[in-house]
Formats: sequence, C-alpha cells, structure tokens
Amino acid sequence: MDRTWNNKAWFMVLPVLLLVAFSAVIPLMTVVNYSVQDTFGNNQFFWAGTDWFVKILHSDRFWQALGRNLLFSAIILSIEIPLGILIALNMPKKGIGVPVCLVLMALPLLIPWNVVGTIWQVFGRVDIGLLGFTLKALGFDYNYVNDVFDAWLTLIVMDVWHWTSLVVLLCYAGLVSIPEAYYQAAKIDGASRWAVFRYIQLPKMKRVLLIAFLLRFMDSFMIYTEPFVVTGGGPGNSTTFLSIDLVKMAIGQFDLGPAAAMSLIYFLIILLLSWIFYTVMTSSDEQA
Amino acid sequence: MARINLEHIRHAYGERPKSEADYSLKEVHHEWNDGGAYALLGPSGCGKTTLLNIISGLLQPSEGRILFDGRDVTQLSTQQRNIAQVFQFPVIYDTMTVYDNLAFPLRNRRVPEADVDRRVTEIIDMIGLGGWARKTARGLTADQKQKISLGRGLVRNDVNAILFDEPLTVIDPHMKWILRSQLKKLHRQFGFTMVYVTHDQTEALTFADKVVVMYDGQIVQIGTPAELFERPSHTFVGYFIGSPGMNLLPATIDGNTVALGTDTIALDYSPKVASGAKTELGIRPEFVRLGREGMHVRVNKVEDIGRQKIVRAEFAGKPIAIVLSEDGEIPADPRVTFDPSAINIYADSWRVGREA
Ligand SMILES: Nc1ncnc2c1ncn2[C@@H]1O[C@H](COP(=O)(O)OP(=O)(O)OP(=O)(O)O)[C@@H](O)[C@H]1O
Ligand SMILES: [Mg+2]
Repeated sequence: MDRTWNNKAWFMVLPVLLLVAFSAVIPLMTVVNYSVQDTFGNNQFFWAGTDWFVKILHSDRFWQALGRNLLFSAIILSIEIPLGILIALNMPKKGIGVPVCLVLMALPLLIPWNVVGTIWQVFGRVDIGLLGFTLKALGFDYNYVNDVFDAWLTLIVMDVWHWTSLVVLLCYAGLVSIPEAYYQAAKIDGASRWAVFRYIQLPKMKRVLLIAFLLRFMDSFMIYTEPFVVTGGGPGNSTTFLSIDLVKMAIGQFDLGPAAAMSLIYFLIILLLSWIFYTVMTSSDEQA
Repeated sequence: MARINLEHIRHAYGERPKSEADYSLKEVHHEWNDGGAYALLGPSGCGKTTLLNIISGLLQPSEGRILFDGRDVTQLSTQQRNIAQVFQFPVIYDTMTVYDNLAFPLRNRRVPEADVDRRVTEIIDMIGLGGWARKTARGLTADQKQKISLGRGLVRNDVNAILFDEPLTVIDPHMKWILRSQLKKLHRQFGFTMVYVTHDQTEALTFADKVVVMYDGQIVQIGTPAELFERPSHTFVGYFIGSPGMNLLPATIDGNTVALGTDTIALDYSPKVASGAKTELGIRPEFVRLGREGMHVRVNKVEDIGRQKIVRAEFAGKPIAIVLSEDGEIPADPRVTFDPSAINIYADSWRVGREA
C-alpha cells in the first residue's frame, strides 16, 4: 500500500510540547541539576555526583519521614475508602435528598487546604477551640501541641473530614449508573444485602474506586499544608512528613543539593507506588 | 406452582393519579390457573412488564390484591412469593462465571451444593453453554447473556410461577425454536404456572394454551389462539392478531341489518348496540370471498406471499384486505361477500355478541 507521509502534522503538537517543557520538564531538570551539585553560595557550583542521593538514602531522618508518610496514607485510605463507600451506599437515589446530599458532600472539597488547616488548628485548641475545649471539659486529656497521638489523631480526623467526600462522590457516580434491572434481578434471585454489594455494586464501583484510591494515595502522600499549619511538624518530629522535611531542608537550611535529591527520590517513590497500585488493581480486569 | 388471582389491580407510577390516563395499568382482574402456560401479548408500553413486576412483587400495585392459591400475598416481598422472572434486558453478574451465575439463585437459598451442581449442569446443557461453564460472564455475546438470564429463571424447580419478559429477543430463530420446545418440556415436567411476554404473535400462539392480549393498560381478551382469531373481543385484538389483521368497516346497525355504505347485510341475530356508539363490522381477510356476486369493490394491488395472495382493495371508500388462494382469480367486475359466521360486530371497539 502506498502512503504519503506528511510530517507537517507534528507542528501541531509543538504548542503542547512548549507548554509541558516550561511547566514540567525545565523545572524538573533544574531540580536534577541541583541534585548533582554542591554550592557554598556566591552562585558557585561544584559537581557532587550521586553524593546527595547516597547521603539521603542513608539518613534516618529520611526513612523516618517516609515511614510517617506511609503510615499516614495507610491510615487515611483504610478509613476514607470504606467510609466513603458506606456513605455513598446510603445516599438517596432520587428526590430532594439528592441535591442536598451532593452539596453537603461537596462543601469540604471547596475549602482551600490552608484554610482547612487553620480551621482545625483553631477548632482543636484547648483554650479557644470548640473541639479542644469540649474534649478538655469532658475530661479528656487532649492536646495536639504536646501529645503525639493527639497530633496524629487531629491530622487524620481532619483529612477524613476534608477528603472522604471525594470518595463518596466518586462511588455515588458509580452507583447511580447501575440500572434498576440489576436490583430487580437480585431480588428475584434472593440475593442478600451483602451479595448485592459484592456482586453488583462493588464491580460497578471498581473503576471509580481505583481512581479514588490513587487520588487519595498520591494526595495524602504529598500532604504538606495541613500539618504545616496545624502542627508545624511537631510535637518533635512526630508529624514531619517528607514534604515538610523537604521544605525545612530547602528553605529553612538552604541545602539545595540534598533537598533536590530528596525531592527526586520522593517523586520516584510516588510514581512507583502509584504504578504498583494501578497494576495490581487492574490486573484482575485483564484476566477476563 | 400456584393459582394466581389478580383482584382489581390498578397501577399508576406517579404519586397521585388524577385521571384514568395516569394509570399504566387500568383494572386487571384475572385468574391464572395453576400450571397454565400463558402468553402475554401486546404493543409496546401497554403495561406487560408492569403487570409481571406486580405479580412478582417488584412493584406494589396502587390498588387491588394478589392471591396465590387463595392466600393474600400483596404485602409479601419478591423473595417470599418465590417467583422466578426473566427480564426483558438480560441481567448477568459479570464478575461471576457462567456456572456461578446459574447457581446464584440456588446458593442464595442455601440449596445443598450437590443439588446445585445437578440443576446447574442440566440447565447449562439445555441453554447450550456447556463449554462455557468456567468462563467469566463478562466477555460473552448478547445472545449468550440472554441465555444465562433465561437459565437463571429456570434453575429453581420449586417456584410458584415463572415470568418471562421477552426472553429470547436476540436469539437466532433456530435456537429460539429449540429453547421454546425445551421450555414446554420443562413446563410439562414440573407444571409451573408460566407467563410469557412477547411482541411476536407466532411465538405467543405456539407457546401458550391461553393467550392474554393487553392493550393500553388493560387485558382486552384471554383465549385460545383459535378464539382470538375467530372472535376477537376488541378491535385491537382483531387488528393485532393475524396477518394481515381484521378488516374493520364503519357500519350502521338497525335491528339485524348492517349498512355498509350503500350495501346492506342481514345478520341472523340483532346485536344490541347502545345508541350513539361507534359501530363497526369486523371481518378477517380470510373470510372475505372475492367473486362475481355480492358488493362492489375496487382492487388496487395484489401481493403474492407464496401460498396465498393478498388483495388490497377499496370497499365503500375504505381499504379492505382479502386473502385469496394462490390460483384464485380476480374477476373483471370484482365483488365480495362476507362469510356470515365470521362477521363480528363492534360497538365502541368492543365486540357485541349474540348473547348480549
Ligand atoms: N418506572 C416507571 N416510571 C414511570 N412510568 C413507567 C415506568 N415503567 C413503565 N412506565 C410506563 O408505564 C407504561 C407501561 O410500561 P411497561 O414497561 O409495563 O410496558 P410494556 O408493555 O412492558 O412495553 P414494552 O413492550 O416496550 O416492554 C408505559 O407507558 C411506560 O411509559
Ligand atoms: Mg416491557
């Protein structure tokens, strides 16, 4: 078959290439550039090779922060995903309740991150915050500034409050797409509530759940603003996540080299984990 | 296996039905005999699915009661009524295998696994998916899915009734024929009460002992195929059953005389017709004789359909169809007579019998 090749069409992608270059590739390469050099100020740079990477990978500080990140993501995922599914299952399917619920659900998602942090920072204070004060008055020894457990609890509750809606909305979208006939067939077949969930609702929600899972994982793994505002990484280093540590290193201590190396490692970890989750969660689809 | 009585069932989907038109099901009052095989026939939107859903309990009727063997089940759930239903749009559980799909209704009812296996194997063979048992249902074709959906309806043999809502629409004609005879065999074997919804009158007439014709939310006639053909009790049945449908001619009735335009026909009885009613004479194309005697017609067109010819003609200003045998002749001055025993008189679309 004779074909005429016309490569002019490639020019069409040029604007996009430029855009991506300026918004992603060039900044990323700057970071790569920093990560392999050392500086003592005066804009003088020296080749440092993989030194920074080796140093980061050997530092306890890095591994502890990474551990905190993983723990945090694991906890919030294991709360937000089941809770989101549960709420979505119980949301009304028709009537006036639908828009009311949807708006209520969307509200927390509309609030900017740092405002969420501020809200909870104030909300949890034992002197003036409603939550902190009430807990204290009820006799609980709650103080997120001094107590590691309380600090974590506050962050987790805050994240659940802020982001469960996202899971709910995605699951709800999956649920309403199920035709009524499936529920009718299930009734005829005598399926239990659990069987309906397991064989009708869950399979239909699978795709949106995958998206919810990945979004929540990536986002919680990159969490920065909220702990920065609420706990500032403390007490001690107990809520110092990779992102907070990174900013401390880069801006606080101006260690550009190690910070750049660390951000690259951080980036690769997110990429790797997301890829693993995606592969594992979609692999069952391809068997069919 | 149960006798099912529908007592003055009415149903409206809207909250507060105001007029008769708001009811999707207007007054259905009917008994389905234990072990009967019924075909439910009717045009789209006439309420067939609605009626089935009311019987199976998926839908609560707005008014009326449902009795199984004399017991009021109106408030009982689908599960308690123990009815199998095959849906118009096939439903399959696509993460399960074909085998598990068919086993699902049994396992949910805690049937011992040995019995499950026996029943499922039987049904899988019947629907011709033997080789597919262990495959996930997701990748199947539309007709295979419909077969699974049908199979799930047949797998339980202790049900009160099986309701089929157009179960074979995408199945090819040959397989359709096989499955239909299998259904009849199962019916003879287990004696379920069966209701079979279809658009297809041949399917209805071959499947059922009794055909129920629905039109506009009502049951307009229940009868054997022969009764529907010879004595349609509603003009819709006359039009819907048979091909071509019954000829309907506007008529004026005076005692036992029927006036059709300028012609008159004398009946051997006097239909009792309320004054002011719209009266029509119905005659099937098969019972119109074309010859040299009788009333004038103008022949417009002749369609040859193999063993017969259909003559499209104009009679007293109205179109009329006449069935002619293959070697039938059309005379130069064509005239028609109507077989007196095949004449039906309708007042406001309902048949006026000899008795009335
Ligand atoms: N869930 C519903 N809500 C409101 N109206 C409905 C609903 N289901 C059916 N109807 C209406 O009720 C009437 C009867 O519908 P039904 O589905 O029983 O018809 P059908 O005889 O099964 O038609 P078909 O041959 O197209 O399946 C139709 O006018 C339809 O629009
Ligand atoms: Mg229908």
